[in-house]
Amino acid sequence: MTSTTISRIRQKQIARLIAGGKRLDGRGLTDYRPIQIVTGIIEKAEGSARVRLGKTEVMAGVKIDIGEPFSDRPNEGVLTTNAEFVPLASPEFEAGPPGEDSVELARVVDRGIRESKAIDLEKLCIIPGKKVFVVFVDIYVLNHDGNLIDASALAALAALANTKIFKYEIKDGEVEIKPGFEKLPLVNFPVAVTLADIGGTLIVDPGLDEEEVMNARLTISFDKDGKICAMQKGGSGTLSPQQIIEAVKIAKEKSEELRKLVVKDYAAA
Amino acid sequence: MNSMSKKVQLVDENGIRTDGRRSDELRPIKLEVGILSNADGSAYIEQGKNKILAAVYGPREVHPRHLALPDRALLRCRYHMAPFSVQERKSPAPSRREVELSKVIREALEPAIFLELTPRTSIDLFIEVLQADGGTRTAGVTVASLALADAGIPMRDLVAACAAGKADGYIVLDLNDIEDKEGTADVPVAYMPSLNAVGLLQMDGQLTPEEFEQAFNLALEGCKKIYELQKKALKEKYLAIKEAVEEAVEEK
Repeated sequence: MTSTTISRIRQKQIARLIAGGKRLDGRGLTDYRPIQIVTGIIEKAEGSARVRLGKTEVMAGVKIDIGEPFSDRPNEGVLTTNAEFVPLASPEFEAGPPGEDSVELARVVDRGIRESKAIDLEKLCIIPGKKVFVVFVDIYVLNHDGNLIDASALAALAALANTKIFKYEIKDGEVEIKPGFEKLPLVNFPVAVTLADIGGTLIVDPGLDEEEVMNARLTISFDKDGKICAMQKGGSGTLSPQQIIEAVKIAKEKSEELRKLVVKDYAAA
Repeated sequence: MNSMSKKVQLVDENGIRTDGRRSDELRPIKLEVGILSNADGSAYIEQGKNKILAAVYGPREVHPRHLALPDRALLRCRYHMAPFSVQERKSPAPSRREVELSKVIREALEPAIFLELTPRTSIDLFIEVLQADGGTRTAGVTVASLALADAGIPMRDLVAACAAGKADGYIVLDLNDIEDKEGTADVPVAYMPSLNAVGLLQMDGQLTPEEFEQAFNLALEGCKKIYELQKKALKEKYLAIKEAVEEAVEEK
């Protein structure tokens, strides 16, 4: 995902510490960095959230529009997820069309939301086959310090939990917007947990320098019932089948911790 | 995507699937090696109705030159679907899906190649899906790995790939198009059997951790079967050359 250079000495130090069950920043192997979620920070967006995961910072904004449904799903609203690696977030990011890393990030976050059926899309249908609500989730990476996927998935979910849809009525086949808002019908809460393999040891929530050293990473998204709804291996190394099974177990536990941070918010809203 | 009613029966009461397979059966696979004369290596796969070509150019000089890596070869991969490969014409411009698949396919093959043997060069891999029938990324990995071997690129192992998933409550191997679209989960896996290493793993749908483990293990079994077919296809190319040479000698 990145190509920041870190010295050989630091690389070796990271690997040596992890082999001994420790990490450079003092965390345990399965500990997340401190997580802070703030919602409703952009008034013009129907939903928004900012997630800080250690020094990684990601914002997600949700915009709601009225558009046409897909022809094969005439009774469902439309979900679109996009990610921008804005150049202010890292010396490695450049302005321009989305690169493969940002496309992958957006698609992995999208898969988690879509496959867990987090949004009740049928409730977003206005006139079947003609008019539906379109939910745009835009992920904005503000500071890259590793594990963008988990931070982005959390930001997207928190923003969706914070989303308000305008009320409407249909007059002569036209949609008229009425005053007032309703909550977005959110029925599931998918969260992504990423693990990295460094020297044969699995760690949770790799930081940027750990991503530099890792062989490969595996992201696993769980829905609220403990089912897996998305997975993505990344990086140019490999994982053994045993590691993958172990990763699923660790990720399931961690996913429950993460979900609490958002669910609490949605229930309170 | 086609509009289809939601209640398609994917597996019948006898456990037989829409194309007559049992849950742990692969579709018929045909592999051919060395079929494009311009490429340094090439291969072709048919898996069910999938028809996919792969070609390798390289190791060769990197263009643009600033992308060259000082300590290893640069592997570039383009997975692309022909506009006529699916029911509704696909725009030839690369979609976001193709961008992502190009990346995960590259990451599945990279660990198999001794890239450090040819620093400052590029190995360019092109995968063209001529007809898509579900499971094109895994068939793409399988055929690309053969094309790399055909190009004589030093490799640690062949990479075999296969998906498993869930349809009508059954864990099934090698999803076809309708199972891919109407099924409840898809787990594509790329595997190097002699290294016991997984280079590609994705999942979408809904599976309990237990179901995932079952599907994942089934996919690994599928990979092992495909691995044998890959080795056979590679050998066949050279056996054909050997026969041709022997015939020529006899005629003299």
